[in-house]
Amino acid sequence: MIHSLFLINNAGDLFLEKHWKSVISRSICDYFFEAREKAVEPDNVPPVIRSPHHYLINIYREKIFFVSVIQTEVPPLFVIEFLHRVAETFQDYFGECSETTIKDNVVIVYELLEEMLDNGFPLATESNILKELIRPPTILRSMVNTITGSSNVGETLPTGQLSSIPWRRAGVKYTNNEAYFDVVEEIDAILDKSGTTVFAEIQGVIDACVKLSGMPDLSLSFMNPRLLDDVSFHPCVRYKRWESERVISFIPPDGNFQLMSYHISAQNLVAIPIYVKQNISFFETGSSGRLDITVGPKQTMGKTVECLVVTVHMPKVVLSANLNATQGTYNYDPVTKILLWDIGKLNPQKLPNLKGSLSLQSGAPKPEESPSLNIDLKIQQLAISGLKVNRLDMYGEKYKPFKGVKYVTKAGKFQVRT
Amino acid sequence: MLGMSANSVSYNEQGSVESGVDAAQENSSIPGSFSSGGAAFSLFSADCKKNEDLKEMLESNKESLKLEAMKRIVGLIAKGKNASELFPAVVKNVASKNIELKKLVYVYLVRYAEEQQDLALLSISTFQRALKDPNQLIRASALRVLSSIRVPIIVPIMMLAIKEAATDLSPYVRKTAAHAIQKLYSLDPDQKEHLIEVIEKLLKDKSTLVAGSVVMAFEEVCPDRIDLIHKNYRKLCNLLVDVEEWGQVVIIHMLTRYARTQFVSPWREDAMFDENNEKAFYDSEEERKVEQTKPYIMDPDHRLLLRNTKPLLQSRNTAVVMAVSQLYWHLAPKHELSIITKSLVRLLRSHREVQYVVLQNIATMSIQRKGMFEPFMKSFYVRSTDATHIKTLKLEILTNLANEANISTILREFQTYVKSQDKAFAAATIQAIGRCATNISEVTDTCLNGLVLLLSNRDETVVAESVVVIKKLLQTQPSQHSDIIKHMAKLFDNITVPMARASILWLMGEYCEHVPKIAPDVLRKMAKTFTNEEDIVKLQIVNLAAKLYLTNSKQTKLLTQYILNLGKYDQNYDIRDRTRFIRQLIVPNEKSGALSKYARRILMAPKPAPVLQSAFKDRDRFQLGTLSHTLNSQASGYLELSDWPAVAPDQSVRNVEVVEPVKEAGAPALRKSKTAKSNEKFYSDSEEEEEEEEEGSSSEGSSSSSSEESVSESESEENSDDSNKSSSSQSEKSSSESDSEKKKKTLKNKKLQQQKPDSKDRKQKNGNAVKVESRSESESGSESSSSESSSESGSELDSDSDSGTDQKKNTKPKPVQSKPFIKQVEKKEVSLLDLDDFSPVPVTTPKSSILSPNLLSDLQGLLISPTTSALQASSPVFVPETSHELLHRMTGKGLSAQYRFTRQPCIYGNSMVSLQLTLSNSSDQALENIHISEKSSTGQNIHRFNAIERLEPQASVTVSMGVDFNDSTQAANFQLCTKEDEFSVSIQPAVGELLLPITMSEADFTKEQGKLMGMNESSATITMTPENVSSQSVNRKVVSVANIGVIPSSQENIYRFAGKTVSSGSLVLVSVALKDPDAVITINTEKTVIGSMLLRQFKTALTNSCP
Repeated sequence: MIHSLFLINNAGDLFLEKHWKSVISRSICDYFFEAREKAVEPDNVPPVIRSPHHYLINIYREKIFFVSVIQTEVPPLFVIEFLHRVAETFQDYFGECSETTIKDNVVIVYELLEEMLDNGFPLATESNILKELIRPPTILRSMVNTITGSSNVGETLPTGQLSSIPWRRAGVKYTNNEAYFDVVEEIDAILDKSGTTVFAEIQGVIDACVKLSGMPDLSLSFMNPRLLDDVSFHPCVRYKRWESERVISFIPPDGNFQLMSYHISAQNLVAIPIYVKQNISFFETGSSGRLDITVGPKQTMGKTVECLVVTVHMPKVVLSANLNATQGTYNYDPVTKILLWDIGKLNPQKLPNLKGSLSLQSGAPKPEESPSLNIDLKIQQLAISGLKVNRLDMYGEKYKPFKGVKYVTKAGKFQVRT
Repeated sequence: MLGMSANSVSYNEQGSVESGVDAAQENSSIPGSFSSGGAAFSLFSADCKKNEDLKEMLESNKESLKLEAMKRIVGLIAKGKNASELFPAVVKNVASKNIELKKLVYVYLVRYAEEQQDLALLSISTFQRALKDPNQLIRASALRVLSSIRVPIIVPIMMLAIKEAATDLSPYVRKTAAHAIQKLYSLDPDQKEHLIEVIEKLLKDKSTLVAGSVVMAFEEVCPDRIDLIHKNYRKLCNLLVDVEEWGQVVIIHMLTRYARTQFVSPWREDAMFDENNEKAFYDSEEERKVEQTKPYIMDPDHRLLLRNTKPLLQSRNTAVVMAVSQLYWHLAPKHELSIITKSLVRLLRSHREVQYVVLQNIATMSIQRKGMFEPFMKSFYVRSTDATHIKTLKLEILTNLANEANISTILREFQTYVKSQDKAFAAATIQAIGRCATNISEVTDTCLNGLVLLLSNRDETVVAESVVVIKKLLQTQPSQHSDIIKHMAKLFDNITVPMARASILWLMGEYCEHVPKIAPDVLRKMAKTFTNEEDIVKLQIVNLAAKLYLTNSKQTKLLTQYILNLGKYDQNYDIRDRTRFIRQLIVPNEKSGALSKYARRILMAPKPAPVLQSAFKDRDRFQLGTLSHTLNSQASGYLELSDWPAVAPDQSVRNVEVVEPVKEAGAPALRKSKTAKSNEKFYSDSEEEEEEEEEGSSSEGSSSSSSEESVSESESEENSDDSNKSSSSQSEKSSSESDSEKKKKTLKNKKLQQQKPDSKDRKQKNGNAVKVESRSESESGSESSSSESSSESGSELDSDSDSGTDQKKNTKPKPVQSKPFIKQVEKKEVSLLDLDDFSPVPVTTPKSSILSPNLLSDLQGLLISPTTSALQASSPVFVPETSHELLHRMTGKGLSAQYRFTRQPCIYGNSMVSLQLTLSNSSDQALENIHISEKSSTGQNIHRFNAIERLEPQASVTVSMGVDFNDSTQAANFQLCTKEDEFSVSIQPAVGELLLPITMSEADFTKEQGKLMGMNESSATITMTPENVSSQSVNRKVVSVANIGVIPSSQENIYRFAGKTVSSGSLVLVSVALKDPDAVITINTEKTVIGSMLLRQFKTALTNSCP
């Protein structure tokens, strides 16, 4: 399946290669570079590129291109999903997935890649299993290793590999047993010029951090499970149980993982926490324009909106902006043409406003298009869909775990058209 | 410095480490000089020096130094630098004890073995040795590396290793073997036939770990051997939920192909239409029409596949969701298709690359079935932050979804897109508007007007695209739109995009009669600029000239001639060619002949309007979700999805042997074999066993959490008849397949046991229900570790119970066969009577023998047992009839074997457990020389049965053998051989079978119990189900679990049992004290491990309801 993998940074330097079958010359990447050049923006590189004898399937993540070489028919999503899993594993191991960390840990990266694929077919991708095979680097361990000469590599087959719960390792022990769940919801919305909602939906995930000893069997129930009609689960969740009782019953992996994700689609009514009044106009003459943006709260369920940021992609002819913000700071980058207004906390009594003039390239015609605003925000202690966890029960172990649930609402792809 | 360090390496470690560090620093500076393109000479020498240094480090005798060197070498490999000259130095370390060092050497070896074939061979013996290692991880990684070394010379070694690993006890090793198959196949395709044999064997594997990998191997090596799948089809469907996600994708794709060859089409209506169309051509096909009128009934196997894949739509893995979606698209009846929509739309939130692939597939789907995605139209609205290719795909889908009802919404949305900053996207939107306009006649005019407005847009690409689209639209109704054409003629001077210019010119020429005044003027302008135009524009100028010449030759004759002359000397041969052709056609001369008469009709013929259709129109020729579909061209290795067969092939090929439950023993036996099997699962590895035993003994009476859970689960399942029934009905609902299977089974039962009273029958049904239950549970796929074993036991249970009745069938109704054996037994009886004790007897009879339990117990009385009077050995109270499968007839190439514990003292040795083996030949050839091979892999002392010279087809023979299990439940592994083949088999003793019953007085019992207190005692309190409370049922339950004797008890509520372990003769005392409704089980024995395991089994047996 997957023949080789090349890691290429944004500047086009190939800094790591790994082959699972015969070695393929790195000149194959020329086809990728060609496509990269054509695409201008890294996001526009087509994920599947064809060369005379190979197919290059690539993903772009954290400023790195993961380019895999394929020789025969394979479901492209299979490869794409796997590459993302590789990136996630790196992130899990090194804290971040960047060129520097990969270069610094090249040996572990290689060992990981070796375990994750055999002959191009995924072998072990479950983080719990990998961590038993190859221990993640910590400062303490690397010091101990240099002194004692012991290694990061496990000697026995991870227990999970053979059991039917490959995601959990055996013999987990904690002194403090705790289970935390974060319900994170993102609002994807498009608002039109007049402020009406063109389209809005909620994407939710429940992230879990479970540190429990032994083999706990958890079940999580909701106050209003009927909200969830489109869900996807971590493999640990018993689907039958969900179908019949709407209870999430599972033996959790050890550590951090995403328990489930859900989608509350456009058909349901979605509360939009803020409104935006904006007016961006360009004058026919004089090479200038005017900008006026006001943000106010709409349906916030009594919570405060925090970390409010407005991003505007200006037309190319806009040279600079001379604005005045009643709250927060703004910054216009004339190279990327991005205007960023960092508001912070939204104060309902005194609405933040950004106002001023834009200067355009002289002589250039008035830009036809109107830029759209992208909003970023965060509301603590609120799941905008109204989803509420009812209770978490644990079976199979005798101790009493510490349990906690946190709710956060964020803006996902939240766009205001002008 | 380097020289010094070389000398000092073995003496002065400090120094060498330092030099290593220095060298490292040196190295780190080198890549820099590389890129800056420094002096090549110094660079070269540095490179040399560096490798010398690494070589020295590798040759040192300090592990840490070697490891450091290997790490740096791996760093070099990762950067793509050549490190091949270090091969000899590296390969020496292949047998290192440091596991990390070893792994890094493996990495190196796999990378360079192909280039250094001779040297690579040096390492092979190390791997061969490692293949026999007791640690499964080491066995597996040795096979992985061995099979990754692409050296043709070792093909036979690889083949051998794969064959061996395919029968390994560890599923992980078998999985590795499945991967190795593909590697060997790519190295040497000539091995195909042998490899197919291994694949066939592995396809039968019940482990979920193996399933995905072996199907992958199947797809790679022999995707056309559909026949190998038949027997495994249902198993794969049922296992699917528990297979790891990557395996799921591969299996689903394979099953899609399989189903298309095996089932008839569920798309009835569609088929009907086709049929009607075809009828004109095939009038004679009346039979087919008749067939059509018959109602369509879906093959249950087809349904099974659809049902079992459905939950996977909820997978977090996008590839799995896509795989299931394409399966539904290609296999499901059209009305069931809608369930995939939501999941596909959900995937759109995933990464950019995922969106790209999913949108492509949705685009193809939305052409054929608008209705599927129409409710989700808004999910395809474009955001300004989307990547360009995502935007285009969304646009494509929106256009596909457009209909009379939603067109206004879509057009409004399109208006926003036209204003987008991304001009390529704006242009694509204009095309999309054009498509909507042609497809939906209601909005054609609106669209056209909108597009005309766009002609005054400031952006050239937008204008040009509008012109092209308008041109296409005008073709549909030119007469009403001469003003638009005039407008475009006015714009002409400002438009520079060649395609747009050419489009306008074509319009002018085509409809010159509508704009008689403007057209010649345009031609005049064009004649001036002809030489500067693009080729595509020049061709249209020539065209326009010709058309005008034909319609309005008075005004344009000279112009046309001028243009034709220019064209004649153009640099482009196409234009020269066209000019020559046009001239001959329109200018009459003597050579032109008849053709020029028709020039007008040729050039001015009414032309059909172009059909604007999706670029995804013909993508559906590829299977969805494939690379070929994404690329819209056939990728190498793409397997065509076959059309539905007109008539379904024989569906019985998928039937696996029908399963029957055990007769007499009923549910308890079932349960027992279940626990026995789950033990096997836990103890398949020796290390694990130790762990398990430790745990078992340390946690007072309670076993490890996982197994306990399985106990509690079965508790809840079987607590009462009622719950049992309800759960079984539930499982019936959830899986009608197993239901139908069940019906088959019960039917069979009825046939088999017509004489039996009805109550028995009900019991079996009940037993069945339990079985079905456990299977459906395993489908839900996320139980504890034991649930896998329970799911396995679910399936193995089948074969067990199967064999139970099979055995009956084989032994009873075939007197012809059993006769000779009885004779032999008689012969042996004589020799036995001469013996004083049970020392191993060299049996000299040519054929092996059977000792019936009755005979042996008769003998028992005649023999003086070596035990003291207090511990009088007794005959077994209860001999279970269940047999366990040793070798399945499929694995054994026709030879099948079952074993059964006779619970008799073994005649071959005091410390052996006696077993009865039934061998049957289900092949159509006689099997010769069946025997047990001399070497025993686990080291137990095994007394073999004498070789059976010949076993006729369909015949079976029963022999007895003895195994010394050393009082442990570790499986005895040995080779069962025929003349041609060898099969690795293993006997897994249940802990209760490792005992022999003894009798003693109640007083002795209490005395012995007193000696075995403290550590040696394990006890547990359980809640008894009401029907278990009677003394009979307690006795029966206890003795069915373990081979122990009943001690007469004076107290009414205390039951006592005693036995001794076979090997060491340690006492095992069991007492059950009833305190309504609880009961306390106490086990006293020196063998604490056996004690705790027994306790667990008693708990299970006594808490379960009696069926």
